[in-house]
Amino acid sequence: MTTPNKTGSNTLQLILAWGFVGIPLVWGVLQTLQNAMKLFQ
Amino acid sequence: MALLPFLDRSHTIARPGFSRWMVPPAALCIHLCIGQAYAFSVFNLPMTKLIGITQSAPGDWNLPELGWIFSIGIFFLGTSAAVFGRWVEEGGPRQAMFAAGLCFSGGFLVSALGVYLHNLWIIYLGYGALGGCGLGLGYISPVSTLIKWFPDRPGMATGMAIMGFGGAAFIASPLSVWLMSIFSTPTHVGVAETFIALGVIYFCFMMVGAAIVRVPAPDWKPEGYAPPVVAQKLITKNDVYVYDAIKTPQFWLIWWVLCLNVTAGIGVLGQASAMSQEMFPGKVSVVAAAGFVGLLSLFNMAGRFFWASISDYIGRKNTYFCFFALGTVLYCTVPWTGSIGSVSLFVLCFAIIMSMYGGGFATVPAYLKDMFGTRYVGAIHGCLITAWSMAGIFGPVLVNYIREYQIGHGVPKAQAYNVTMFIMAGLLAVGFICNLMIKAVHHRFHMKPEHEAIRAQMAVDAAGEPAGA
Repeated sequence: MTTPNKTGSNTLQLILAWGFVGIPLVWGVLQTLQNAMKLFQ
Repeated sequence: MALLPFLDRSHTIARPGFSRWMVPPAALCIHLCIGQAYAFSVFNLPMTKLIGITQSAPGDWNLPELGWIFSIGIFFLGTSAAVFGRWVEEGGPRQAMFAAGLCFSGGFLVSALGVYLHNLWIIYLGYGALGGCGLGLGYISPVSTLIKWFPDRPGMATGMAIMGFGGAAFIASPLSVWLMSIFSTPTHVGVAETFIALGVIYFCFMMVGAAIVRVPAPDWKPEGYAPPVVAQKLITKNDVYVYDAIKTPQFWLIWWVLCLNVTAGIGVLGQASAMSQEMFPGKVSVVAAAGFVGLLSLFNMAGRFFWASISDYIGRKNTYFCFFALGTVLYCTVPWTGSIGSVSLFVLCFAIIMSMYGGGFATVPAYLKDMFGTRYVGAIHGCLITAWSMAGIFGPVLVNYIREYQIGHGVPKAQAYNVTMFIMAGLLAVGFICNLMIKAVHHRFHMKPEHEAIRAQMAVDAAGEPAGA
């Protein structure tokens, strides 16, 4: 039944979808990590 | 929702070729927005200066009054998740995500009006009640969908979404501060405009999630996945109806497991900054304490994914055994780290504790799925969220009041948290026993085919059209 993403468009959709949520999340994590480093300074 | 048929479950069934890896980003679109609630405190100080601008003036709101906004929001999160859980489950994820987006964003817009009119009750109603309903609907909306797409890794799948809830504050906090800096003027704080901007941004973000979410076709299964042939003791193949599930001892044992795990973590998270400075006077500065809080938040987020994923391999019950056993040892160790003045050990203990606090949230949907099946897992999860609301009240109260009591009785500030730590360890020990008592659900609670047929007929009668049409 399953046909995992075999088409280019599906791969593009996956990249877009993960980028849409991943970029803000990574940005937020880096900001927090930067603040957290003050603990060790 | 008949006016908007594209929101129906039947319109979200995935076509062949749809990648299941599209579903976690859809869930994250929701959780990365609603998790903003953890960052709402960034508005507290500016909202105490809406009239005075540079400092509080007569007529300005105070912090205890503003603190109620978050508390009302969390109360409505639990209540709406419990009340609308069945509706979310039966209506499908897109409908629930759409409603969550409307409520959550609507909460911001109503609150902007409250700020503009300087009426706190409008904000209680807006962000608190309406936004809180958005939180509850959004929190549970993708859970069962993810479990159905990832029957081979349900812990990892729900862990990804719930990790987003933990990580949302990392985005919301700097974003809110940045927006307020844009909208503020020498005569205006800019909170109302920031609320409007956030309402619009979050609505758009959540609608992307609602648009891309899909449910698997009934006969779909992952490629190469073979459901276990031999029945596992604590993983049922049957489903339990939501209102039957809450009659089982297993539901209430898991309720206590979650409540105790959250109580032990949430109180400490709220007091982490003050605790680190008071336990290590002269060693931990205000800036370093802020860094400590940030580090704990990172471990809270990472633990959600890590522990939920681990639970797919070692089992949910064993994962909670780890939380409670390790947590008890770590809480008992914290006073000792204070007595020897080891900041590193103190930080290490709390980093692990916070990872397990987050892990508790993320592992529980898969635990429910194991016990009650996938059919109503989202709705059952909704009922269980009340444990979080309860812990949200008890955790901070325990930590704050015991500290005050200790200091009032002449205990030095550096040692004022020792008793609290031992009480937290005791709570986790009780959680260990609750977890130990969890056995498989009795077969009399399992849904029978005739029950399903009756409920399907009731749904047809209520909708006036064939179910799934």
